[in-house]
Amino acid sequence: MEQVKCECGHVNPIGTVLCEACGKPLEEVPMLLDMRYEGSARRSQTYNQTIVDKIWNFFSSVKVGVWLIVITLVASAIGTIYPQQMYIPPTVSPAEYYEEQYGWLGKWYYALGFHDLYSSWWYMLLIALIGVSLVICSLDRVVPLYRALNNQRVTRNEQFLQRQRLFSRSQVKDYENALPRVVDRLTKRGYRIREENGNILAEKGRFSRWGPYVNHIGLIVFLIGAMLRFVPGMYVDESMWIREGEIKEIPGTNGKYFLENKTFIFEVYEKEKEKEAFQAAIDRVGSGMMAKNYQTDVVLYERVGSIVAGEEPKLKEVKSFSIRVNEPLKHDHYALYQVDFKLNELKSMSFHLTDKQTDKSFGTITVDLIQPEKEYDLGNGYKVQLLSYFPDFYFDENGNPNTRSKVPNNPAFVFKMFAPDRPKGEVSFTAIRQTIEPFGDNKYKMAFAGADTRHVSALTVRRDFTLWILGIGGTIFMIGLIQGMYWNHRRVWIQRINEDVLIAAHTNKNWFGLKKELERIFNDTPFVMPIDQLDKRS
Amino acid sequence: MKEKRFWLRTVILAIMLAAIGYTIYSNVFVEKKTIQVGDSAPDFVLTDLNGNKIQLSDYRGKGVFLNFWGTWCKPCEKEMPYINSQYNVYKNEGVEVIAVNAGEAKVTVQTFVDRFQLTFPVVIDQQDQVMNAYNIGPLPATFLIDKEGKIVDIITGMMTEEDVKKYMERIQP
Repeated sequence: MEQVKCECGHVNPIGTVLCEACGKPLEEVPMLLDMRYEGSARRSQTYNQTIVDKIWNFFSSVKVGVWLIVITLVASAIGTIYPQQMYIPPTVSPAEYYEEQYGWLGKWYYALGFHDLYSSWWYMLLIALIGVSLVICSLDRVVPLYRALNNQRVTRNEQFLQRQRLFSRSQVKDYENALPRVVDRLTKRGYRIREENGNILAEKGRFSRWGPYVNHIGLIVFLIGAMLRFVPGMYVDESMWIREGEIKEIPGTNGKYFLENKTFIFEVYEKEKEKEAFQAAIDRVGSGMMAKNYQTDVVLYERVGSIVAGEEPKLKEVKSFSIRVNEPLKHDHYALYQVDFKLNELKSMSFHLTDKQTDKSFGTITVDLIQPEKEYDLGNGYKVQLLSYFPDFYFDENGNPNTRSKVPNNPAFVFKMFAPDRPKGEVSFTAIRQTIEPFGDNKYKMAFAGADTRHVSALTVRRDFTLWILGIGGTIFMIGLIQGMYWNHRRVWIQRINEDVLIAAHTNKNWFGLKKELERIFNDTPFVMPIDQLDKRS
Repeated sequence: MKEKRFWLRTVILAIMLAAIGYTIYSNVFVEKKTIQVGDSAPDFVLTDLNGNKIQLSDYRGKGVFLNFWGTWCKPCEKEMPYINSQYNVYKNEGVEVIAVNAGEAKVTVQTFVDRFQLTFPVVIDQQDQVMNAYNIGPLPATFLIDKEGKIVDIITGMMTEEDVKKYMERIQP
């Protein structure tokens, strides 16, 4: 391997700009030194032989990293132009929907995967490449930087000192006696002092230099956590609608757990019921307008015995709980959260079998809207048959009655009514506020007699084994950020060359703070305060 | 030194490539996480409209064309007659059809079955248990199950009569 030997005797890796030990420029450099990475040799720039090196060097470029981030940002922005797939009506095919709604732009939007951006392969690839860039950029910089800071000597090359931004050269009378006072002040300000032949290197806050790399480690841990969500069993995110009185399998639990919805409670703030202090606030929004509580009282069951889907389950009660917003039911790492509700869904409807002329009723039937009976016997030769049932009725494009869903939003029925004087029965199509008699005038009708309703609650089912990894990643991220932000890496060199005393100082940030500190250190001493060479030139 | 560097870089790149490959593969190229082609089809028991228990495991040795549907779903309505007519051809070749309705009222399902004169067993998944086990999203969804009980293919969206024929041929024992 090629190496560069400095005149101070230190052997540097090829590509080094400033000697790791004495700081002498090894290449043509500007008047003021660029101290980023201590002028060390970034590995990427030095070797470029195999294909592996070429890939490595590509990702080692910060420019490439920035471009990857910019492309990702632009793609994310484009992803907000049209709605994402989860927000379009669930009944339509996305392929048709985007083209219908937005023309050829919509067609391409869908074809390129912008409709489900976070799951499209190229978006994931972009994120992954940013991760790769992060790892390689960091490795390629932290290792040489560590080497350079570790190898630095107290005695520096004259050129290194005079090309620092803060620098002074003067002749100091009584150097030996004046120096301890300065050293003492530096020590009190937290500098660690190294001495060599009467020369001084005072340094503090070096650990601040590792901040960005610690931060990147946090990001990588975070990305790994996000990646683990795709491993089966690590992450469950499902939702379920459950009616009052219903017992249902909890999705995402592989048939192991069932839930019963005892009751759903929706409460609002009302004027009379709250304390005096809240009256003004309630008045402002209106009494009964502000939600106070969404709550589902549930019973959790575990299925016992072998699990065959569809079989009537044998259930063992685990616990009763009241799920409220931000107070999930937790069990076996699963958490059930309150997310939505629907008030007063129709549960059953009642009808009187009525003579249209006399308005006389011959009995009442109650039709369960989830599982209606086929036949309702009213005695004395009166009975009603249910021929068809449309829970969410509409007339389709052929003019036939049809249903939009299985939810009883707008129930409609085809009844056949039997009476002693109508033994063959009369057919009546009965919907809300609508009756059609398809085969002519009937003698009887089904008169609406009332309806029962119940509430429906929506719950989110979560199980997340990646959360602690994300937490650790986030914490490391913050530690790195704080480390790099709130501490500065400051160094002061005091060196005597022949009769002159050279003082130079460097910080990785906050030059103003460093100057203030140097003023306090060199105040009332024979030393000349270093001057900012950037000011001098302008 | 040069050797060491080469291997270090190769190993780091390989690890990252493997992680990325896995993530993208498991996300984009695998349909659903909990059930996929090649798995053995989860067993289930449901009752058909005549009160007979239909259990999937009883169909070992035959190809099963497992269709999930609802009466409100227009593509389901369109493909049902195709399935019916192809079933009449392929039932003699050892292909069975089970149509799992997404938990609607019996009366509603019965009306639909009568209207299209469906001859294969239609079962109702009252509690969504089978829908959950097969991770059903939008309807219709069809699972092709071979005579060993393995899932050969998962089809989401509407099928033409030509498609149905092709799929039944694939699972013919």
